[in-house]
Amino acid sequence: MMASSYTAKEEDGHHSGSAAAGGPGSSKSKKPDNTAFKQQRLPAWQPILTAGTVLPAFFVIGLIFIPIGIGLFVTSNNIREFEIDYTGVDTNSPCNRCSQTYSWNISCTCSVPFSLEQPFESNVFMYYGLSNFYQNHRRYVKSRDDSQLNGDKSSLTNPSKECEPYRISEKKPIAPCGAIANSLFNDTLELYYIYPNGSRTLIPLVKKGIAWWTDKHVKFRNPPGNNDNLTITFQDTTKPVNWHKPVYELDPNDPDNNGFINEDFIVWMRTAALPTFRKLYRIIQKNKDNMTPTLPRGNYSLEIAYNYPVRSFDGRKRMILSTISWMGGKNPFLGIAYITVGSVCFFLGVVLLIIHHKYGNRNNNADIPN
Amino acid sequence: MLRRRINLLFGGDEKRVDSRTIYVGHRPCPATEAFIPPKFCDNRIVSSKYTIWNFLPKNLFEQFRRIANFYFLIIFLVQVIVDTPTSPVTSGLPLFFVITVTAIKQGYEDWLRHKADYEVNKYPVIVLEDGRSIRKESEKIKVGDIVEVVEDETFPCDLILLQSTRDDDTCFVTTASLDGESNHKTHYTVPDTEKDLQSLNATIECEQPQPDLYKFVGRMHIYKTDQEPAVRSLGPENLLLKGATLKNTKKIYGVAVYTGMETKMALNYQGKSQKRSAVEKSINAFLLVYLCILISKAVVCTTLKYVWQSQDGQDEPWYNEKTQKEKDTYVYLKMFTDFLSFMVLFNFIIPVSMYVTVEMQKFLGSFFITWDKDFFDPEIQEGALVNTSDLNEELGQVEYVFTDKTGTLTQNNMEYIECCIDGFQYRNSDSMSELDGFCVTDGPVSKLQQKAGRDKEELFLRALCLCHTVQVKEAGPDEIDSDQVDGLVSELSQPDEQRGFIASSPDEVALVKGAMKHGFTFLGLENKSMKIRNRENNVELYDLLHVLNFDPVRRRMSVIVRSKSGETLLFCKGADSSIFPRVRQEEVDRIRMHVERNATEGYRTLCVAYKQLSPEEFAVADAGLRDARLALQDREEKLMAVYNQVETSMSLIGATAVEDRLQEEAAETMEALQGAGMKVWVLTGDKMETAKSTCYACRLFQRGTELLELTVRTLEDGGRKREERLHELLLDYHKKAVQDAPPVKAGVTRSWSTANQEYGFIIDGATLSLVMNPSPDTNSSRYKSLFLQICQNCTAVLCCRMAPLQKAQIVKMVKNSKGSPITLSIGDGANDVSMILEAHVGIGIKGKEGRQAVRNSDYAIPKLKHLKKLLLAHGHLYYVRIAHLVQYFFYKNLCFILPQFLYQFFCGYSQQPLYDAAYLTMYNICFTSMPILAFSLLEQHIAIEYLLDNATLYREIAKNAMLKWGPFLYWTVLGIFQGLLFFFGVKYLFSNPALQDNGQVFGNWSYGTIVFTVLVFTVTLKLALDTRHWTWINHFVIWGSLAFYVFFSFFWGGIIWPFLKQQRLYFVFANMLSSVSAWLVIILLILLSLLPDILLMVFRKPRGPHARQKKKIQTSAEARQSRSSIRPLLMRTFSDESNTVI
Repeated sequence: MMASSYTAKEEDGHHSGSAAAGGPGSSKSKKPDNTAFKQQRLPAWQPILTAGTVLPAFFVIGLIFIPIGIGLFVTSNNIREFEIDYTGVDTNSPCNRCSQTYSWNISCTCSVPFSLEQPFESNVFMYYGLSNFYQNHRRYVKSRDDSQLNGDKSSLTNPSKECEPYRISEKKPIAPCGAIANSLFNDTLELYYIYPNGSRTLIPLVKKGIAWWTDKHVKFRNPPGNNDNLTITFQDTTKPVNWHKPVYELDPNDPDNNGFINEDFIVWMRTAALPTFRKLYRIIQKNKDNMTPTLPRGNYSLEIAYNYPVRSFDGRKRMILSTISWMGGKNPFLGIAYITVGSVCFFLGVVLLIIHHKYGNRNNNADIPN
Repeated sequence: MLRRRINLLFGGDEKRVDSRTIYVGHRPCPATEAFIPPKFCDNRIVSSKYTIWNFLPKNLFEQFRRIANFYFLIIFLVQVIVDTPTSPVTSGLPLFFVITVTAIKQGYEDWLRHKADYEVNKYPVIVLEDGRSIRKESEKIKVGDIVEVVEDETFPCDLILLQSTRDDDTCFVTTASLDGESNHKTHYTVPDTEKDLQSLNATIECEQPQPDLYKFVGRMHIYKTDQEPAVRSLGPENLLLKGATLKNTKKIYGVAVYTGMETKMALNYQGKSQKRSAVEKSINAFLLVYLCILISKAVVCTTLKYVWQSQDGQDEPWYNEKTQKEKDTYVYLKMFTDFLSFMVLFNFIIPVSMYVTVEMQKFLGSFFITWDKDFFDPEIQEGALVNTSDLNEELGQVEYVFTDKTGTLTQNNMEYIECCIDGFQYRNSDSMSELDGFCVTDGPVSKLQQKAGRDKEELFLRALCLCHTVQVKEAGPDEIDSDQVDGLVSELSQPDEQRGFIASSPDEVALVKGAMKHGFTFLGLENKSMKIRNRENNVELYDLLHVLNFDPVRRRMSVIVRSKSGETLLFCKGADSSIFPRVRQEEVDRIRMHVERNATEGYRTLCVAYKQLSPEEFAVADAGLRDARLALQDREEKLMAVYNQVETSMSLIGATAVEDRLQEEAAETMEALQGAGMKVWVLTGDKMETAKSTCYACRLFQRGTELLELTVRTLEDGGRKREERLHELLLDYHKKAVQDAPPVKAGVTRSWSTANQEYGFIIDGATLSLVMNPSPDTNSSRYKSLFLQICQNCTAVLCCRMAPLQKAQIVKMVKNSKGSPITLSIGDGANDVSMILEAHVGIGIKGKEGRQAVRNSDYAIPKLKHLKKLLLAHGHLYYVRIAHLVQYFFYKNLCFILPQFLYQFFCGYSQQPLYDAAYLTMYNICFTSMPILAFSLLEQHIAIEYLLDNATLYREIAKNAMLKWGPFLYWTVLGIFQGLLFFFGVKYLFSNPALQDNGQVFGNWSYGTIVFTVLVFTVTLKLALDTRHWTWINHFVIWGSLAFYVFFSFFWGGIIWPFLKQQRLYFVFANMLSSVSAWLVIILLILLSLLPDILLMVFRKPRGPHARQKKKIQTSAEARQSRSSIRPLLMRTFSDESNTVI
């Protein structure tokens, strides 16, 4: 394979050679220029990795990594995270009925009680998690039309072929088209705090700021036209097959969160990397007075409008409550990894030091007579 | 007579294929009734390959004929046709780039050729037509045209010289542009042609066009109205070649015999056979491995995909339905397209860019050879020449060096030393002072005080003055004047007297000069008579009747002259072996002693003999020679037979000794080559004794070397049949050198202690042909393998008395022996061309014997001493660079594609690419290509000075050490380790994709971008770790491409690109950088991936010489100086010693 790629050289060789010979100084003398580059004598730094130079580096790495690792580990441990599976696979679970009598048309609600052992301070982020859901499947990932989502008029009525088979429905173009949009997560989750006396109160969930700022403001745009009345803008299109309502009714109350720029929609459109993933659903703002925790310990109830079927492909649905630190959500991996690598480096440093001390001198002695 | 001619013509007709008939000036000749103008091609030279119209299809076809390009084309087509994960752009763009660059390069070269062709074809020439001179474009010349050429013009086609303005019917020509020989060659007009070309009525019969520049056979029939047609033989001396230049002659007329593409120059314009380097073979082997990896990856993925899909609900969950078309596709076809898709997804593991980079590295790298000022020779004002850049790295892999002796090991700068006349030695007193130490050795043998008879002396000196083909160079009139005014004495004292002589061989000049020192001066050739000035300052004239040219088979040349007194004399000079059998035996013994003594001193000896021809003898010889010269067929053989007949029963009058000095630093170079583990074989046509002493002088044979001789002499020792003796000797030597020798451990350097007996082997041409082509009854192959085994265990082998073809035979034998060692041939003359072409690497020395070797070589250097740096420094560095380049390329693509492969396990085997298409495309083109290219051009892992001083370092890379399976495995394992680390490191991070401090999550493109960032940084830093020689270019390129990656990622993600269907990377990179966790994981993974390499480097370090290189440079420079000053002494002692050994 390799060799054959040089066959053209055959006739080139001569030319290149003569060109090379004539090239440098054909004008005056054929004597090659005495430049550092041409004589391969460019000044060069010649680093030498010896035990002497690497040893301190190992110790330094160890000394830096271990504290970082400890910091990460502690931070990760301080993050409160609560996770509840509400799929309803178990016959005893409250959503079992909903998960079985699933149909796209009938809305089914169920409530899952749970209790938090520890209070959640600061902002609490509410995620929904899906398992065994291949959002990273190729057919799925490419099944979208970004120019339609960016508000392109022509793409709105004539979506990309990539959207097949979710491109045309009832002879009208689908907006938003494609498999991703079609399978938008449409469970509605509500969180109630149950006072010890049994009365319950709805915890306010903020649905802004869950999508990337650039997505919300640049990448996703509603088609131009009457901004107040998206119905007209989307009039020639139809809703995705699995949706209950058209795209312009995703959030009828807030025109800034409606249509393509609906944040739930945008979050969903950012396809997950792995088949088990979580997506940000709502944010529970910390209390203004800062005196009481955002979510005090106690009993809660998760009210679910159970629309999203996952049992057909053996999937799972979870609701996750989590606080967030500077490093993001809870993930002990980084901390452990840093501590491990730091210790390994430190250990190697020690080993090298011993080797260096024991054998290094002898090596040097052996070298000198050469 | 008429019948004979008709017969000849008919004969010519029958053999139309063999000869062509040309009508001079297109005039019909009276002998043939109908004048049919024969069809020949026109005089257009077409060296270009393409026209505007066929360039694109033809060039594309040629390019896609290479398997690599074809493979990428297939991948591209698969991407276009089948629904594949990556867009066709990802593989189409690099392929397009490669194809375009190559096409542009080839197109440009072709344009240059077109331009050159145009220049040549439109060059105005003057053609004689119907008595008038007509200006024509060169391309319009037809065969048979009479063309006029004036001084310093080049001949527009191959011409037969008809008329010259010079009195002696000769013209001078240089063939510098054909074979580089810049001396003036004499060409002769066809004898007895009429002065008036208009009335010349002649036909020329000559052979069909053939590429040999030095061969031409033809015959001219001249018709005169009132006479029988005359027949003249035509030889190369009558043929003026297209491309040669007319010199020293005002104007000539010639008739075109070969035109256009049929000229000898055009026929010689052919590419040489392709040589492939061992590195390329390794690359091909690795490619095969990677192809297997690629296919097995695709097979594994396809299989798992269908296993996985067979589970319930996985193939087509409700959220991800297939299109109707997909559902309708037949399942096996689907499996096949899935397989192809996986192939496409993973095909980056065999990158197009590797070919580009390797080719660029070779092309650009070869410039360092031409640029090297150490290769510049002030004498000839030239540096090294690279004819092919494909073999750069092969220079670092040489195991066998085959060297010519004359002109390569020795300077081919002949100096007359002494002569021996009738058994008495004459040493020139002038040269005594120059040759300081030499006379000491031969004191006792010398008969310096005694003289031979005066007659014999003068006869000998006349022979020296007459028996040659030397020309006196034409000097300006005033110079001639001064020559005549000044006496002989002042002429002798002129130091640059030699400039006056031009000859094809420097020996002849040396001899003529030698005769001059003894009082006989050759003044020149005028009107076929040679003028010499004798001791009494009288001019003697001799008619030159015949020259029996020198050729390497006969190894002698003769002239037949007639003196003014009417005597016809034949003078012959040649190698002793070819002269002795042809003279009377009683004379031989007196001279042989001298010859042999001179030979052992390393001089080239020639014997001179003469014979007086009686008129009858001469008549016979004359007729025979003329007949043979006229023969159209087998002219060479016939001439040879006549020569042999004439040159018999001569009487020996003396011998000459000419010194051929060793090349500068020949001994150091040979020593360095041997120190580097190369085996040096000297292949020469010279005498054994001379060659042997040269070997001692070059330190190829050492004091302690035991010589195993296998020559005609040793074969005839026992007085038995040659075959038997050969068999016996071979077995004996084999026992000595192979069986009893302790097994050679790899890497053991040549020890200076005498623990290991070193052997040198000597064989001569006759014996070699016995070994190579034994009589059928003996077990032939056994001889050959025995011979080979013995030779391989000897430190040096000397093959003397070799014919050019035998040289190639030996090279071929070694080349094809076990382990197929890399061979290098170095030579300077035409007789070395065959071995230069045969060896893996052919090196030509820009010597004195013309440019044939240079033209046919892969590399040409001015001097032998340059070979050391060429191999030890350039070759070593090139090899290390390209080996690293290849390994690194495979490595970086393995860890590039491995995460993508692993990702398939987590995306339902759906061929989802991990990286964005832009990254897939740019990875090899932009992000990681420049640092490795800079590395592979500039790296000096060991300083050049250190490489030159420690020849043994060359052994470390011998046998393709860096591209063996061991290192390959190391790189592969490293690649796999890093690939796994990248993928799983990020995967664990993504177990919670909420990586930003505002709780927002990352998707699959962020995943890919983090892996890719780690990847780019790791492979670049890995290269940085391997870089031992950081010039500013390395810094610029390494840090520059990392900065470029960051810049590009920002830029690529910063804009909604209107031409993209999906804005996958929109702000992905920026968001990634806003996450502390992403930063931390990137740093962690880069460090962890490089850790094994750092560790290995630290543990391996103490062996390397780098630490001390700086200090070494200075001391070595001093050492070299001091050594070179004592070198001549050393050399002398060795050559002295050679006397005692023999």
